[in-house]
Amino acid sequence: MARYLFDRLLQSLIVLALMSFVIYWLMGLMPGDPIDLMISADPKLTPDDAARLRELYGIDRPITERYLTWLSTASSGDFGFSRLHAKPVLDVIGPALKNTVTLLGISFILSLLLALPAGIYAAIRQYTIKDYMINLVAFAGISIPSFWLALLLITLFSVILGVLPASGTETIGAGALVDIWDKAKFLVLPIATLTIASIGSHTRFVRAAMIETLRQDYIRTARAKGASETRVILQHALRNALIPVVTIIALDFGFLFSGALIVETIFAYPGMGKLIFDAIMGNDFNLAMIAFLFATILTLLGNLFADIAYGWLDPRIKYDEVQK
Amino acid sequence: MSDLALGRKSQSTWALAGRRFLKHKLALASGCYLLFICALSASAPLFEMLRNIDANQANLFARFALPSFDAWLGRDELGRDVFTRLLYGGQVSLLVGLVTALVAATFGTIIGLIAGYRGGWVDAILMRLTDSVISLPLLPLLIVLAAIDLNKSGLPDAIVHAENISLYRIVFIVAVVGWTTVARLVRGATLSLRERDFVLAAKVQGASAFRIMSVHILPNLISPIVVATTLSIGNIILLESVLSFLGLGIQPPVASWGNLLTNAQELIFSAPWLAFYPGIAIFITVIAFNFLGDGLQDALDPKAEN
Repeated sequence: MARYLFDRLLQSLIVLALMSFVIYWLMGLMPGDPIDLMISADPKLTPDDAARLRELYGIDRPITERYLTWLSTASSGDFGFSRLHAKPVLDVIGPALKNTVTLLGISFILSLLLALPAGIYAAIRQYTIKDYMINLVAFAGISIPSFWLALLLITLFSVILGVLPASGTETIGAGALVDIWDKAKFLVLPIATLTIASIGSHTRFVRAAMIETLRQDYIRTARAKGASETRVILQHALRNALIPVVTIIALDFGFLFSGALIVETIFAYPGMGKLIFDAIMGNDFNLAMIAFLFATILTLLGNLFADIAYGWLDPRIKYDEVQK
Repeated sequence: MSDLALGRKSQSTWALAGRRFLKHKLALASGCYLLFICALSASAPLFEMLRNIDANQANLFARFALPSFDAWLGRDELGRDVFTRLLYGGQVSLLVGLVTALVAATFGTIIGLIAGYRGGWVDAILMRLTDSVISLPLLPLLIVLAAIDLNKSGLPDAIVHAENISLYRIVFIVAVVGWTTVARLVRGATLSLRERDFVLAAKVQGASAFRIMSVHILPNLISPIVVATTLSIGNIILLESVLSFLGLGIQPPVASWGNLLTNAQELIFSAPWLAFYPGIAIFITVIAFNFLGDGLQDALDPKAEN
C-alpha cells in the first residue's frame, strides 16, 4: 500500500509539473501579452519602447527559459500580483476557494442525500415502472445543459416570480442583521443548479452499484438466514455498494469543478471557477497560472483520495499485488 | 421464448442485437428523433428557399416579434428568424458532436490497441498519460485551448485563416481530451483478447502486429466502441454548447445551439423565451443520444438474454 501510494503521489507530481509547463506555454499563446496591455493603457508608447520593454521583462526570450524563471520564483513562494484584482495572487485565491468549497460542498451533500435513496429504491425495484421513472429523471439530470438550467431558474425565480436574486453574493448596503439570510438567498439558485446537474449521475452510480451487489451470493445467504429485508439492503448490500460509489464520485471531482465554473460565471458568484475564467479572459497571467494549478491539485487530490478510499473501504484489494 | 431452441432459425449476432434493440422502446424513439432532427437541420436551406427568407437577414422593425405565420418561433434581437437559425445551429452542434466523437474514438482506439497489445513500458506510459488526462480539470483546460491565438501557434496560415476554423478548432480540442474512455475500454479488452488462441494462430501464421490488431482484435471490440462513442456524443454536444455559450466555441455569425443562448442570457429580462428553444433542443438531443447509447449497450451485450 505504502509503495503504491508513493508511486501515485509521484505520478501526480509529474502530472502537476507537466501541466504547469503546458499551461504556461498555452498562456503565452493567448492573444495579447503584458506589453500589449501596457500599450493599450498608454498610447504614447512607441514600438521602440515596446521592444525595449519586452527585452527588459524577458518576454522575447525562449519559452523554456521564461518558464524556468517563473518556476524558480513560484517555488520560492512568490506567485506574483493579480492584474485584475491588484492584489497578491494568493490573497485573491483564498476567499474564492472558500466560496467554491461552500457552493460545491452544500450541493454535493444535497445531491447525495437525494441520490442515495433514489438509487437504492430503483435498484430494489429494478425493471418496474418506478425504476424506469427514476432512470428517466436521472437521465434528464445528466443531459440538461447546466447553463441553460441556470437561465431557466433565473427566468422563473428572478424574472417571473421575482423572489430570488439573479446574481451576486449579497445585496449592496444590506444591514448586518439580515446578513446571513441575505447571503443565503443568493446561494439558492447556484446550489439548486449544481445539485440538479449532479444528482442524475449520482443516482445512476448508486443504482448500478446496488444492482451489482444485490446479485452477490452473500446477499442470498443473508436472506436465507432470515435477516430482515431492511437489514439485507442497508447492512449487507449498501455498505458494499458504497465502495465503487465513493470511488466514482471522488473521480468525478473534476466534473463537479467544471460545473462550478459554469454556474459561478452565470450567477456572478466569486468562486474559483469564475476566477479562472475571468483570469484567462482578462489576460491576468499570474492569477490564471496559479488558479489553474490549484484546480489541478484539487482534482489530483480527489483522484488520490478515491484510490486510498477504495483500499480502505475494501480490505480485499491489495494494491501492491495488483500493480506488480 | 415459447418455441423450442431447436426449431428456431439460426440468427447472426447482429440480427439478435437488432431484435433486442427494437424492444428497447425509449432507445428506438430516441433513434427516430435523432434521425428526424438531423434531417430537419440539414433541410434548413430548403426552409429558407420555400419561405423566401434568409436566416442571417436582420429586420430591425420586427425585433422580438412573437411567433407568427412568417416567423414560426418568433424573431430575435435583430429581427432574425429564430426557427431557421435554430436549424442552422443544429447543423453545427450535431456535426461537431458526431465528428468529434468519431475523431476521439479513433484516437482512443489506436492508443488502447497499442497499449493493450504491446504491453510493457509502452502500456505503462500510454496508460499513465490516459490517467493524467482524466485527472485534469476539463473545462478550464478547454477554455485555455479555445482562447489561444492561432496566429501565435506556429500553424500554417492556410489553417489559421481557414473559413470554418472555429469549427475545426472545437472538434480538435474536445477530441484531445475526449479519447480517454475509449482508450481504457479498448486497452482492457485487448489485454484479454491478445491471449486468445485465434491471436496465437495468427501470430504463428506470421501476421504482422498491425494486421493482428486491425483484422483479428479490432472487430471483436466494435460493440463496446460503438456504445461508448454513442454515449460520448451527448457529452460532446454539451461541451460544445457550453464553450460556445461562454463565447469561446463556435463564433457568430455562424450559429450553434450554444452561442444562440449567449445572447439569450443578456436578454433574459426582456425576452426570456429566446433562451428556451436552443436549450430544449440541446437537452432533448443529448438525452436522446444517452438513451440510444443505453439501448445499444443492452442490445449489444452478449450476456443478455435473447
